[in-house]
Amino acid sequence: MPTDAAPRDAGRGTLPDVTSSNAALRRFLHGLPGVDAVGLEARAAALGTRSIKTSAKAYALDLAISMIDLTTLEGADTPGKVRSLCAKGASPDPSDRTAPRVAAICVYPDMAATARRALDDAGAGEIHVASVATAFPAGRAALSVKLADTREAVAAGADEIDMVIDRGAFLAGRYLRVFEEIREVRQACGDAHLKVIFENGELATYDNIRRASWLAMLAGADFIKTSTGKVAVNATPPNTLLMLEAVRDFRAATGRQVGVKPAGGVRTAKDAVKYLVLVNETAGGDWLSPDWFRFGASSLLNDLLMQRQKLTTGHYSGPDYVTVD
Amino acid sequence: MTDNTTPPNPSASAAASQLFAYAPAPESRAVVDLAPSYGLFVDGEFREAAGGKVFKTLSPATEEVLAEVAHAGEEDVEAAVRAARAAFGPWSALPGTERAKYLFRIARVIQERSRELAVLETLDNGKPIRESRDADLPLVAAHFFYYAGWADKLSYAGLGPDPRPLGVAAQVIPWNFPLLMLAWKIAPALAAGNTVVLKPAETTPLSALFFADICRQAGLPKGVVNIVTGDGATGAALVAHPDVNKVAFTGSTAVGRQIARTVAGTDKRLTLELGGKGANIVFEDAPLDQAVEGIVSGIFFNQGQVCCAGSRLLVQESVHDEVLDALKRRLATLRVGDPLDKNTDVGAINSAEQLARITELAEAGEAEGAERWSAPCELPGEGYWFAPTVFTHVSQAHRIAREEIFGPVLSVLTFRTPDEAVAKANNTPYGLSAGIWTEKGSRILQTANQLRAGVVWANTFNKFDPTSPFGGYKESGYGREGGRHGLEAYLEHA
Repeated sequence: MPTDAAPRDAGRGTLPDVTSSNAALRRFLHGLPGVDAVGLEARAAALGTRSIKTSAKAYALDLAISMIDLTTLEGADTPGKVRSLCAKGASPDPSDRTAPRVAAICVYPDMAATARRALDDAGAGEIHVASVATAFPAGRAALSVKLADTREAVAAGADEIDMVIDRGAFLAGRYLRVFEEIREVRQACGDAHLKVIFENGELATYDNIRRASWLAMLAGADFIKTSTGKVAVNATPPNTLLMLEAVRDFRAATGRQVGVKPAGGVRTAKDAVKYLVLVNETAGGDWLSPDWFRFGASSLLNDLLMQRQKLTTGHYSGPDYVTVD
Repeated sequence: MTDNTTPPNPSASAAASQLFAYAPAPESRAVVDLAPSYGLFVDGEFREAAGGKVFKTLSPATEEVLAEVAHAGEEDVEAAVRAARAAFGPWSALPGTERAKYLFRIARVIQERSRELAVLETLDNGKPIRESRDADLPLVAAHFFYYAGWADKLSYAGLGPDPRPLGVAAQVIPWNFPLLMLAWKIAPALAAGNTVVLKPAETTPLSALFFADICRQAGLPKGVVNIVTGDGATGAALVAHPDVNKVAFTGSTAVGRQIARTVAGTDKRLTLELGGKGANIVFEDAPLDQAVEGIVSGIFFNQGQVCCAGSRLLVQESVHDEVLDALKRRLATLRVGDPLDKNTDVGAINSAEQLARITELAEAGEAEGAERWSAPCELPGEGYWFAPTVFTHVSQAHRIAREEIFGPVLSVLTFRTPDEAVAKANNTPYGLSAGIWTEKGSRILQTANQLRAGVVWANTFNKFDPTSPFGGYKESGYGREGGRHGLEAYLEHA
């Protein structure tokens, strides 16, 4: 398989026999170990009591900043708004140039070109442009529309695509359809990284989230992502913990490492540090990098910066000492 | 399929983990004001032992002497029982609503002083502050709140229209959950209208003495609660005292037997909560990640010094390797060390004596042919420590499968069918606890019905609640504590 040069993920991290038919895929996904909700939530809560202080906190705050997909996904987004967000991502704390840059700027496809240009102009070529695609957030469009959406975003300069799965098909048990759609989007991405959004709040059960995780990973996802940020329940510590278990187990089974991105609802530095504890004690140190863990967030960055200032200066500044963009 | 563009790189992983090494986060000791010495609490006053004898109590994590404590002799036990007897009349004559007020007040003071008590418990016992803070203390307060609610409702406890208290209760408690075991004993006794003389364990007397102070703070009438500290002889004198109406003991089966002999032929009522060798049964359709958590909390909670610990893991052979791999991976993340550090998962063993016992049994496990594995961890240089340990290839004949180790040592056995699981789980002289892990509801019910254990947890382990009765089958003792059933041990009824 390593000799197969064509699509870059060919053969890597796939289990061909389980994706040969909808029935086979269903058997496989339903054969995954169940999730006990009470136990999962208790474990997430227990890890939430870790006390991260001093040097560990400094490390965690900087790591969290470097993992942010700084996001604006509003109907009211304008080129000006996107440019100012890019400036913020490139230099998060104007008073302290040692603050790390964010990992990516996340926008709608029509803003991808603006974002790419703004980042390049700011000398922040290493910051990725992530674009939601595939009829985000509902995903209710024809496959051809979704693929066109994806290709345009990539052509406009997005090097990361955040797609949504067809939750309707998933909940109806049409797993192979979801699988094939992800594969097609994967191909349409070309060299761009693919993040697959489940919308955990709509999948509703932890068992479903585990199945969706394996389904997306089998279909070639580079990242699995909790949610769009557009529904009531987004990233939570338990559902992120569950997805971290999935990527850990998937790597053990197939050798391929997949990243995780909680999105929506992570607003405070304290929360972000708790997520990093989940990563550290579930998937392990290999995932403690922006290559393998991201936060989909907007307001989180300023709270991280305020905590960072507190740690370096010894006192709290206040919301007017971080920029509003 | 194993081709991998991003190979798992263990050294990078270790480096990243070290990078996110949690800095020490110790809970402050300053909240506990420790006196150099403590007296007995008799008739509402602290006093020295009549013979002037004292003993030292240590911090098992550092071997530091925390305080000197009065060692009660027969004379002191006599005085304490006399005080309890004198207080019994007025206390039992109080309307239930009045007794409830005192118990509610005690519960609230415990909550208010919970940080202080948690730190104290961790210092004296060696358990992690995370557990004393998040498990012991909330349960202690909950127990007093719960039984406070019963004090004026005894006629509705199903024990007849007007159940009467027994009189003076002699209570002897162990060192594994010093304050929680005190709450399990004192709260129902007082709610039912009894007065008590309680002897805390020799190695963990301090929280009971702080509780005595709380009784004073709550204005509890003199003599209703008396605390006599000392060793086994003190406990023996207490349970043998002729003016005691009720004996309640939690501890080892050996001592429980002695107490049963002492009490035999008298009209004292007796409840015993003794040892255990709980089976944690993992079926192949279990929710594996949560089962691993349950196995960990089953045997490493409180360093495994729990009578209802899931010390025998019965895992279905078809998932044995998978479960063991996951368990070992998980154990490698356990943080062993300073009990006062808020990130510590596993603290110190309570005493040198207990450490010696654990060490001896673990060596017997190896000698008998079981395979020993310990999580890689650095143990502190002083104090009493034992690394979390797992034995595989254990058979029912091994000592480590039959005897209670009372430490962080798990014995792993396998089974093939549900019947075999039940047969092996029940094949022990004990019968305190068991756990069942399966996603199949009918299997939970069927298995639980066949297990001869006082507590059966399904898809969880070591969960406690004051409303739930707790107690054993066979050599694990008799009588129940907690819930409505717990009242029965302290009431005369038709």
